[in-house]
Amino acid sequence: MNGSTEMLVVVLAAMAQALAILAGALLLAAVMTVVERRLLGLWQDRHGPNRVGPWGSLQLVADMIKILFKEDWIPPFADRALFVLAPAIAMASLLLSFMIIPWTPTWGVADWHIGLLFFFAMAGINVYAVLLGGWSSGNKYALLGAMRATAQTLSYEVFMGLSLMGVVALAGSFNLRDIVAAQQGLWFIVPQFFGFCTFLVAGVAVTHRHPFDQPEAEQELADGYHIEYSGMKFGMFYVGEYLGMVLVSALIVTLFFGGWHGPWLPPFVWFALKTAALLVLFVLLRASLPRPRFDRMMSFGWRVCLPLTLINLLVTGAAILWLSPAAD
Amino acid sequence: MELAFYASGLVAVLATLRVITSTNPIHALLYLIVSLLAVALVFFALGAPFAGALEVIVYAGAIMVLFVFVVMMLNLNAAVTARERAWLGPRTWVGPSVLAALLLVVLLATLQHGDIGRVIEGDTLTAKAVGMVLFGPWLVVVELVAMLLLAALVTASHVGRSVSREADSGRDGA
Repeated sequence: MNGSTEMLVVVLAAMAQALAILAGALLLAAVMTVVERRLLGLWQDRHGPNRVGPWGSLQLVADMIKILFKEDWIPPFADRALFVLAPAIAMASLLLSFMIIPWTPTWGVADWHIGLLFFFAMAGINVYAVLLGGWSSGNKYALLGAMRATAQTLSYEVFMGLSLMGVVALAGSFNLRDIVAAQQGLWFIVPQFFGFCTFLVAGVAVTHRHPFDQPEAEQELADGYHIEYSGMKFGMFYVGEYLGMVLVSALIVTLFFGGWHGPWLPPFVWFALKTAALLVLFVLLRASLPRPRFDRMMSFGWRVCLPLTLINLLVTGAAILWLSPAAD
Repeated sequence: MELAFYASGLVAVLATLRVITSTNPIHALLYLIVSLLAVALVFFALGAPFAGALEVIVYAGAIMVLFVFVVMMLNLNAAVTARERAWLGPRTWVGPSVLAALLLVVLLATLQHGDIGRVIEGDTLTAKAVGMVLFGPWLVVVELVAMLLLAALVTASHVGRSVSREADSGRDGA
């Protein structure tokens, strides 16, 4: 009886922790929508949204009310089931990926030895959100946006996986907790600088963030794959983009910046500070860079990033074998 | 874990049936993706999460995306659905179904002889264990597969080359 009560407490505590992480990630993504607009305003020498509440702090509430009360319209020419399914895939696959991130030594949902592979699997599933959303809308701009997004994501996912294999080889594990533990002395950004660069590029491309936002280029495609979406369905695509941003930032912190490691401050503060810095970098990229042409972007992925990751992996492997004491 | 195994196995079978019977090609492909995800869960239930994750990454995340991508561009309409429905007449599926049912009987008979209870047990396979086996006893096979993939890569780059060069020069000239 006593043992089972203890078990119940442990299970309930783990579930509460998982729910808190889920809510936290979602809230952070929602807040980022406003923070991004304020930061863009700052860097582009204009005010940004500052009318609702003190310093625009209630803008998020206003946006939520607006988006929830908008008419939820499904076009008559759309494939209804897939049209509804697509935004759900967009949110769910990204939210599930937060499962593998170790926030602090004690906080985290899943402690898996396949951790990193789970992220790749969910990133693979996430492609369907855009693909199905674009196709089921029955709109040629949406279809063109979906085609671009798919080609882009497939190309960039190839070397996204390869760019992290150097980290995995150095840590000797796919488990993100082991990877953080392996960075006790030296953050992986130093030995894996090229891995970091390519993963950053791939991360931006996979989340369709500027400057890799050709799928939703408003000048050419009138917003691409989510052109027919309105109300909360559009909101899910929109928040999904920011969820991707938060996820990639948290992953980069975990994989290259030593996770929660850092002097003086408590672990979670370090993790939050590093993640916030990367989120600001994402916004700064959008504020400063022009959008390249689609074919240039594709050839950049295949001709620069892919060979770079392969060479990086080769050199990393050689260095590990060179430096390790003779195994046999 | 046994329950997870049988539940995901059932989903895989039902989804695969729907792949065959759907008249809309995109929906059929989606059922195929569900079936692949269910197979991945079967791997998870059997204690091989590494294989399960690779199944999702490679099959559901990459190969099926290309399938959906191509079918998406075929401009399917009501006429195609109607033709598919006509192809699904009893005369078409009775023969294959009888043969498949025979195979099912054989499979069930085989399962009847084996000890089913013992199959779904064992240690969880780690990525390291898979790697040690691949680069230990199976090293020759891994090397052969690597050569095969290299040959495929060279072929693909050769086939794709002339087309992309023409397209490139066309764009630059314009």
